Amino acid sequence: MASHPLLSLDRVGKRYGETVVLADVSLAIARGSFVALVGASGSGKTTLLKTINRLRPADSGAILLDGRDVAAIPSPELRRSIGYVFQGIGLFPHMTVAENIAIVPRLTGVDAAGREARVGELLALVALPAELARRFPGALSGGQAQRVGMARALAAAPSLMLMDEPFGALDPVTRDEIARAYRALHDKLGLTTVMVTHDMTEALLIADRILVLDGGRIVADATPAELIAGHPDPAVAKLIAVPRRQAARLAELAAR
Amino acid sequence: MIDPALVQAVAELPGLVRAHVLLSGCAVAVGVAIGVPLALWAAGRPAVRAPALLFVGTIQTVPALALLALFYPLLLALDRLAGLGLPALGFLPAVIALSLYALLPIVRNGIAARQGIDPAVIEAADSVGMSRRQRLLLVELPLGAPVLLAGIRTATVWTIGAATLATTVGQPSLGNLIFSGLQTEDWLRVLTGCVAAAILALLADALLALIEAGVTRRSRWRLWTGLALLCIGIAAALIPTAGAAADRALVVIGAKNFSEQYILASAIEERLDKAGFRTLRRDDLGSAVAYRALAAGDVDVYVDYTGTLWTNVLGRSDTPPAGIMRETLAAALAKRDGVRLLGALGFENAYALAMRRNRAAALHVRTLDDLARVAPSLRLGSDIEFLNRPEWRSVAGAYRLRFAEMRSYNPTFMYRAIGDGSADVISAFSSDGRIAALDLVTLADPRHALPSYDAVVLVSPHYAKDARFTAALRPLIGAIPIERMRQANLMVDRDEDKRTPRGAADWLQR
Repeated sequence: MASHPLLSLDRVGKRYGETVVLADVSLAIARGSFVALVGASGSGKTTLLKTINRLRPADSGAILLDGRDVAAIPSPELRRSIGYVFQGIGLFPHMTVAENIAIVPRLTGVDAAGREARVGELLALVALPAELARRFPGALSGGQAQRVGMARALAAAPSLMLMDEPFGALDPVTRDEIARAYRALHDKLGLTTVMVTHDMTEALLIADRILVLDGGRIVADATPAELIAGHPDPAVAKLIAVPRRQAARLAELAAR
Repeated sequence: MIDPALVQAVAELPGLVRAHVLLSGCAVAVGVAIGVPLALWAAGRPAVRAPALLFVGTIQTVPALALLALFYPLLLALDRLAGLGLPALGFLPAVIALSLYALLPIVRNGIAARQGIDPAVIEAADSVGMSRRQRLLLVELPLGAPVLLAGIRTATVWTIGAATLATTVGQPSLGNLIFSGLQTEDWLRVLTGCVAAAILALLADALLALIEAGVTRRSRWRLWTGLALLCIGIAAALIPTAGAAADRALVVIGAKNFSEQYILASAIEERLDKAGFRTLRRDDLGSAVAYRALAAGDVDVYVDYTGTLWTNVLGRSDTPPAGIMRETLAAALAKRDGVRLLGALGFENAYALAMRRNRAAALHVRTLDDLARVAPSLRLGSDIEFLNRPEWRSVAGAYRLRFAEMRSYNPTFMYRAIGDGSADVISAFSSDGRIAALDLVTLADPRHALPSYDAVVLVSPHYAKDARFTAALRPLIGAIPIERMRQANLMVDRDEDKRTPRGAADWLQR
């Protein structure tokens, strides 16, 4: 049996008033893949991501998750089955780290003992010390907060993770550290990840497959290696030019 | 030695505090029940938000006293339309008006509370799959609670202050002490009412502050202590009145807002008490409210004046002789409302224009005709309703009166004004003790523009045919001559050796 894709989009459209944000986007994402959605501001990448968990429902077309039309699933149920991590993190400031992480199990009716055990596992998974569990989000560093955000998204053991500029607000060192840690988790847990970023370098270094959006359309769909080799679309070429030039300069510097 | 007036005021405190707490508590509870959902609903919808804020803001611009007074005719009309048997006087209109008044701070802070939440937190709540209800209970309410509670605190303090005005629509409150004290110039009584209301407001504010701190700082003991004390306070106010409210055999004695009315109501009260009726006072009723309250059965007995009834209730503008006016009234009120005019007390409390004796002599003013001649250089001080009454239109038209200046005062301050010369002429009442005390003269009315104002006892339809009831009041009929009424009024209104209305009523019936 040929395994069907975990996620498939069929001519998904979205407009805000007169502006077309997504123009009949179709694509399929295989189980276990790590896909980066790259594009300039206003290219529609965040909107595309949010049509999947219906934070911004699509106007037209169909989105199938594991063969089920997402429009037919009640949104609370749909969202509890999908992990979501975003730049703003959005930890609940009145709840402890443990309560934040255990929120989805709490919503789905897991008992207190089960939740506590799960919090312990997840803190270990995102490499945070167990004593952080009792703290409130206000007492965390940016990197710690985003790790908690990831743990919260992973709490219900989702098969799909949606990430919207997840590392955008972190300093470069923390950012690299967390990005690599997440990629390792992705492989270890067998996740399927769709990550929005405007940073082509980040996309090239973390993803298996890169989709470039421009004006609500997919203008490139390739592996990092294929993309770095060159692309005919001028918008894509412009995006790839940056990391290539930087790599060349760095190599030059190292060679001196 | 402790002032007897203070002793009396303090003795009335427990009942009034209880009524005040219940009224304010209910009003704030209704305000919260309506305001919080309204705020949460409006917060996320700009199209609703602006009109909602405009609505609650507009209510706030209506003076609290006017808002309270408006609900009386409104409820009467509603009752006539729907026939629900709604009480138009007392608790219901007071609660409605105060709840509306409490809405502004609750709604405004409620909206601010919701808008103050970080959008990322709301996005996170949606993205983890919270239903709208879960988002409200787990995220929006806990995070918005401090700002929302601050709004409820403001509303509570306002409401406790404004509830003193409920007295004017016949709902007992601490305002009873303030309004009656103001009328009889019993400043200790006014002060007792004000201090009690202020302490109540501070206590409520402190308890809510404790609850607010409990929520903000996640301190359970603060939260529960605050809630427990609040519940105990409200429960204490509830328990004893539950028994009293069930007893419907109470006779309600009404009184308008001046000393003579308090004295006469006290006299009626004593007689009915002696005859074995259980009585309740509703003081400080507005002149227009009092009769309608009697016809509707909210008040069972009070003293009114033929001229007032003639113009306000029958809408007549002619001025027949006193006897004919009284007979016509008795027949018309009985036929129309089932109200019984039991009889005249024996004195008249007519509107009369009065001047200081020496000033009148200097200007050669004895009659209203004389007054018309010099009026353009004089200042008129009137009570609050006089200038809007048909009597004023009648007298001003008949004598072509025009004054240099006209000002309205609360009756007490009106007499002060003529005493200290800020007014030259006042709209005095003929039975007022201060006429003699201030050496005023009342001006003759040769054109009979002012109707007669015989004081008459009116009985509600419910007791109109109750022989035991009317027999108890019968001895008052024709028993109070004008000199004695003036003397009794003076006892209450003067500054020295003051008597309470009750004391004056005893003297009057000796």
